[in-house]
Order: sequence, then structure tokens, then C-alpha cells
Amino acid sequence: MKKVLTGNFAAAYGATAARVHVVAAYPITPQTTIVEILSEIVADGLLKADFIKVESEHSALAASIGAQAAGARTFTATSAQGLTLMHELIHWAARGRLPIVMANVNRAMAPGWSIWADVTDSISQRDTGWMQVYCENNQEVYDTILLSYRISEHKDVLLPTLVNLDAFFLSHTSQVVDLRDQDKIDSFIPPYNPEYKLDIKNPSSFGALTSPEHYYEFSYKMQCAQENAIHIIEETGAEFSRIFGKSYGLTESYRCDDAEHLLVSYGTIAGTVKEAVDRIRNKGVKAGALKIRYFRPFPKKRVREICSNFKSIGIIDRAVSYGQAGPFFTEVKSVLDKEKHQLYGFIAGLGGRDVSITDIEAMIHTMQSKEADDLIWIGVKR
Amino acid sequence: MSKKKNTDKVIITGEKDMPPMPASLGSMLSNKTASWRSIRPVILVEKCTRCMICWKYCPEPAILPTDPPTIDYDYCKGCGICIEECPFDAIETEKEGK
Repeated sequence: MKKVLTGNFAAAYGATAARVHVVAAYPITPQTTIVEILSEIVADGLLKADFIKVESEHSALAASIGAQAAGARTFTATSAQGLTLMHELIHWAARGRLPIVMANVNRAMAPGWSIWADVTDSISQRDTGWMQVYCENNQEVYDTILLSYRISEHKDVLLPTLVNLDAFFLSHTSQVVDLRDQDKIDSFIPPYNPEYKLDIKNPSSFGALTSPEHYYEFSYKMQCAQENAIHIIEETGAEFSRIFGKSYGLTESYRCDDAEHLLVSYGTIAGTVKEAVDRIRNKGVKAGALKIRYFRPFPKKRVREICSNFKSIGIIDRAVSYGQAGPFFTEVKSVLDKEKHQLYGFIAGLGGRDVSITDIEAMIHTMQSKEADDLIWIGVKR
Repeated sequence: MSKKKNTDKVIITGEKDMPPMPASLGSMLSNKTASWRSIRPVILVEKCTRCMICWKYCPEPAILPTDPPTIDYDYCKGCGICIEECPFDAIETEKEGK
């Protein structure tokens, strides 16, 4: 069934379709309508779930952790200051190996106080052990929530997933979303039945004092789980494609076959890049695009394979790792042989500034005419 | 591993014997936390009414719900909360190492 939905409604409908048992969330612009619609869905009896009202984002994730540890499938959602207030518990959820799915509406960090798109909030959670996905459109938001429960709950993964959508460009923009058939979703996402859970009939300790004798091995197992996720994401995406007719992987290539210049991007900018690639090809420039969906696990092998065909590669980041360069730029650079490529690190769209097709055409022009550069600020007023 | 009773000491030789998360490692069986106690609470059985308020308040929890309640001195850190909370002054302080 097709419906016109904002990205926030798509996220809420995804959690509903995944039949979550517990929702614990605190409202924050521009995430608020995710929680709002979920509270209505639960109040109307359309989703059999406990909706836990909490006093902060820290409490929202704490309640989610408790629920998930007790064997409930849990959903929460936040943005920017809320996500970073959760930070301590973001580590706890991952190290507790609790497959929570959280929607994060990417919003810039204050100050200056901002409610607009920027991925600094989620990039700041890089080393917590969560998987991170960046969505291009509302259909992808809805589908990614469904996929994330399957992938996160896989016994060889057991890691939470952060599903990212850009503030306003997705959260408050209406698009057509194809809602999947509930019977098919129910067989795609079987009931959650974890091997390890809090159980009063079989009491055990969770997250107790862990000496240096064991802590190291738990960290090793986190990395193994992230590596396992690489092929489980691909397999699950292929299964999703067979059932629902839409394919999702770690990355998505666009018009790469005969291209000379490759533009790497993520989130909503990836959609604009596709349009720019079409236009610039009409002007005779062979450009292609690579959208990276997963920041964690980072698809090292896939990115290396695709990039190996290109000398000229530009990476567009909607964040800066201050003192270094764009966060995706450094990731891409880390898996490439830098002697073989000319790499351009573009910073664009910080704090919700628009990234237009003209901006992207200008990036391709820079790649054609200038030397490689780690840090190129697009449109900064100097 | 989680199937074992929590009184069993778990033998772990490598990561393959471990659950994905720190669950029921049994580490607290060997990691007794009472070594830094400087005062020792002692329950006066004749004054104790078995109200169990000490058991409810003990944050460790190192007071066991027996009749009368008993203090597990392997884990009691001597915080004194039970002494403070007992409405019948039935818990006394002894200096540790007397």
C-alpha cells in the first residue's frame, strides 16, 4: 500500500511494522513527530507495545536497554543534543550486545543553536560499536528500519543500529512510501527470542564487573560481530529484494560503469549527486556516483573494489572532524592506495545549508581542473 | 554458560567459551568486595523484629533475608546504611580489625 509520508512517519511506520514491544523516547526537534505518531499508534491499539514516557534522552535509552535486555524488541528515536546526551548509554547498549534500533534525525550540534541537517551528531558516536546507516529517501528510512531489526538481531551480530535521516530534507518532507505487506514483514522479521536475557526464573548478572582477564575478549567479539555484519547485511538485503522487490546493500553505485570521475556521498546529498551526474553527463563529462549506506561496519572491501576503477574520486561530507578532514573522506582514504588516486575531500551543507546540483557540478569541475586536496570547503564565505 | 547456577565458578579459557556480552561471568564469586570495610555492622538478634528494612535498604545487597537476617561479610562494604535505617537500633557498629 502506497502512502504519502514524511521521513519521520516512515520511521514510525517501520517500527510499527516490525512489531516492537517497547518504545521509550523523548521528543526533540526535528525528531518529535516520530514519537508523537508512535504514541498515537500505541494509544489507538494498532501496536501492542508499552510506550514509556521518560524525562530525558539518557533515560529513554536506559529504558530501552532494560526492555531489550528483558527480551523485548525495542525502538527509540532522537536527534543531535538528545543523541549526544545518550552517549554513555550508547556504549552500554552496544557492549551489552542489545539489538536496539534507533532512528536519529541528523541535526547540527550547538552552539550556534541549530535544528538543521548535519551528521556531526551521529559521527560522534563512531566508536561505540553501533551499526550506522544513512538514508537517502523516506522509502529507504522505512525499509531500513525493517532490515535493521533482522540484521541487528542476527545471532552472529547482536549489535544495535542507528538509522540516520537528514533533518527536514527527510524528517519533514513528504514522499511516496510503499508500505510492505504485513504478513511478509512478519515472516521476514521473526519474533525476537534472544539466547541471553534477564529472566527471573534463571537469574544472571548482566554487565557486571569485568576484569582485564575478560574485557579484552568482549572487545574482540564486538569487532568480530561488526565484521560478520558485512555479509549478513548483504544477505539480508538480497532476501529483502526477493520478497519486496527493492534491493539494499552496504553501498549503491550509480552510472559507474564507464565513468572517469567518482563522487562518493551519503544521506540526502546522494540523491542530489545522482541528479547532478545525469546533468553533467549531458554536458559530456563521464561522472558516476557511489552512495555509502553503512558507516559502521565500514564496507572496506566494497569501497576499495568500486574506487579501484577511478583515478579521480571526490567525497562529500556534511560534517568535519576538526583538525583532520571530513569523516567519510578519512574512512574512504584509509582503504585506498593513495598513490593510485586523486582524492578530493569536499565539505558541504553544514548546519543545513543547501547543497545544490550546481554545487556538485562545481565539485566535478574542481576534480577535472585542480590538484587533489583533503579539505575543500564548498561555498564558505571567506 | 548462562544456564549454570550462579554458585558455579565458570571456567573460561578463551573468547569462544564466553557469551557475547558480560553475562553471568561469575566474576563476583572470586571478586570479594569487602576488603576495604572499616566498620562492621552487627545485628543484635534479641532486638531485631525481622521487619527486613535493613535487607531492603542494603545497596549491595549483602544482607540475606534469613530469620534473623544475616550479613554477608564477603560483600558488606560497611557503608552503615542498615545501621542508619534500622528503626529499632538493632544493628550495632564494631570497628573492623578489633
